[in-house]
Amino acid sequence: MNASAPLAIEATGLRKTFGSTRAVDGVDLAVPNGAVYGVLGPNGAGKTTTIKMLATLLVPDGGSARVLGHDVVTEADAVRGLVSLTGQLASVDEDLTGRENLIMMARLLGYARRPAKERADELLDAFGIADAGGRQVKHYSGGMRRRLDIAASIVVTPRLMFLDEPTTGLDPRSRNQVWEIIRALIGEGTTVLLCTQYLDEADQLADRIAVIDHGRVIAEGTPSQLKASVGQGALHVRLLDPEQRPAAELVLSRTLDALVHLESDPAALSVAAADAERASEAVAALFEEGIEVGNFSLGQPTLDEVFLALTGQPAPTEEVAA
Amino acid sequence: MSAAAPRIEAEPKLEQSVHAALVSCERPPRPSALANSLTFGWRGMLKIKHVPEQLLDVTVTPVLFLLMFTYLFGGAVAGSTDEYLQFILPGVLVQSVLFTAVYSGVALNTDITKGVVDRFRSLPTWRPSPLVGAVVGDSARYLIAATIVTALGFIMGFEAGGGAGGVLVAVAVVVAFTFGLSWVFTTVGLIMRSPTAVLNTGFMLLFPLVFLSNIFVEPSTLPGWLESFVDVNPISHLVTAVRGLMDGSVGAGDVPLVLGEAAVLTAVFAPLTVRLYRRAG
Repeated sequence: MNASAPLAIEATGLRKTFGSTRAVDGVDLAVPNGAVYGVLGPNGAGKTTTIKMLATLLVPDGGSARVLGHDVVTEADAVRGLVSLTGQLASVDEDLTGRENLIMMARLLGYARRPAKERADELLDAFGIADAGGRQVKHYSGGMRRRLDIAASIVVTPRLMFLDEPTTGLDPRSRNQVWEIIRALIGEGTTVLLCTQYLDEADQLADRIAVIDHGRVIAEGTPSQLKASVGQGALHVRLLDPEQRPAAELVLSRTLDALVHLESDPAALSVAAADAERASEAVAALFEEGIEVGNFSLGQPTLDEVFLALTGQPAPTEEVAA
Repeated sequence: MSAAAPRIEAEPKLEQSVHAALVSCERPPRPSALANSLTFGWRGMLKIKHVPEQLLDVTVTPVLFLLMFTYLFGGAVAGSTDEYLQFILPGVLVQSVLFTAVYSGVALNTDITKGVVDRFRSLPTWRPSPLVGAVVGDSARYLIAATIVTALGFIMGFEAGGGAGGVLVAVAVVVAFTFGLSWVFTTVGLIMRSPTAVLNTGFMLLFPLVFLSNIFVEPSTLPGWLESFVDVNPISHLVTAVRGLMDGSVGAGDVPLVLGEAAVLTAVFAPLTVRLYRRAG
């Protein structure tokens, strides 16, 4: 790939308003070529609207964007020839079989009849859904449907791929499979713009992350920079006996020297922990005091914690996706 | 959530096989607008194959109508059931195909609500091709509905004075007019919020036009104000032309009038559909 090429995505001041809602309110993005760029934010933050503008599905109300050197408004057709989009809804035809969906995509992209069928079979094989190729997509599991969806996006290898919440609603095994597929794409030099509401997903895959909220980028950096701004995460403890929670709270706040958060579960509590060593000391202290611990875990900071750290407000969860 | 998401090490195959599939492909030249449209037409055919129920909806009703009207009202309306069959068959043919057209709008709306349209619109294809392809593919559905009704008519004893040629031209005229009308329903399909709303609106638009036409009764038996509406109703013009073609008495201006109306519908609603489609989603 061409290292000196311009940025894969260069957006300045992108805006989009629906009625009185400012879905995207001045988004700037600079996405380098050949990387995975994470766009992290809660539902309704403006991720999908941003992607739709960059993929030429929506015309921005303000600002401008160039994708692989082409303006998304005046050179929309050139952009479409270089990118592919895997939307939030698995955008495959449910009435058709998986194989028919892929043949259709191949034909639309210019494959002749026979090569289109060969390409479809090749992709079904590669994505591990060859056995289900002849079944209607409406009978697929969520993971299979998502794999087919991504397969449909790479019938010809795009220079830039938009992935909008590719693992939302998937079980852990399917999620891992999607992650493997994304890693394969990166290996081939495709730039990936990954929208997600899961911090660990962005952490696993992305080279850089933009955190977006209320239609604006509120933080940008590498995953480690971002996490450093949040702290190391929290120790979660669940007791066998809820009666012992006040005692446990005292022990934890003493050993970790931090404010203990009482969870809505009457036997659970959590506390910020700087590192694993101090967290394990705190757990040991609980046992020494005769407090029976059912289980404990040291969690990564959650998206909620990122938002808390960045905005001082918890992530809004009830807003409708824009 | 635990500290690190589990990696399933037993399946390294996916990453490699996907990688191989990426490497092995090369971008073919861009297809023409016609080729794109035909691909979408093919998609329409596949939908008929996989979801034959949608055909059932629109064929069972006209079949019931044909049987019920002929045998129940035929004697009262036209003196004998045989005579009424001669009158009503072309009308029911028109009715059944017109109602099929509502499903063009329903299918388009379904594509939007399911997100399929987003994918199509992100492709480097001729933008209206999904619409053109769908409408062309729907013509196949119109033909199937027309065939069922016509075949049932012949079984019941319909006699085509215009011969086989007349019947075929009549079906072609119905399909041509419905092609024009289907753009109205694709427009509705882009305005409404759900497929069910499209279906209801489509039927609500169509019902008065179908019943206040010359499909079931001679307009001369109607009160004057109603007769004058029936006379300007394009569906009446279509039925008159189809009736004439089937019994061999078609007037010189009947078919051109219908085709002209189809052209006007297309000229107004096809661009409107394309405009709305560009902004959909």
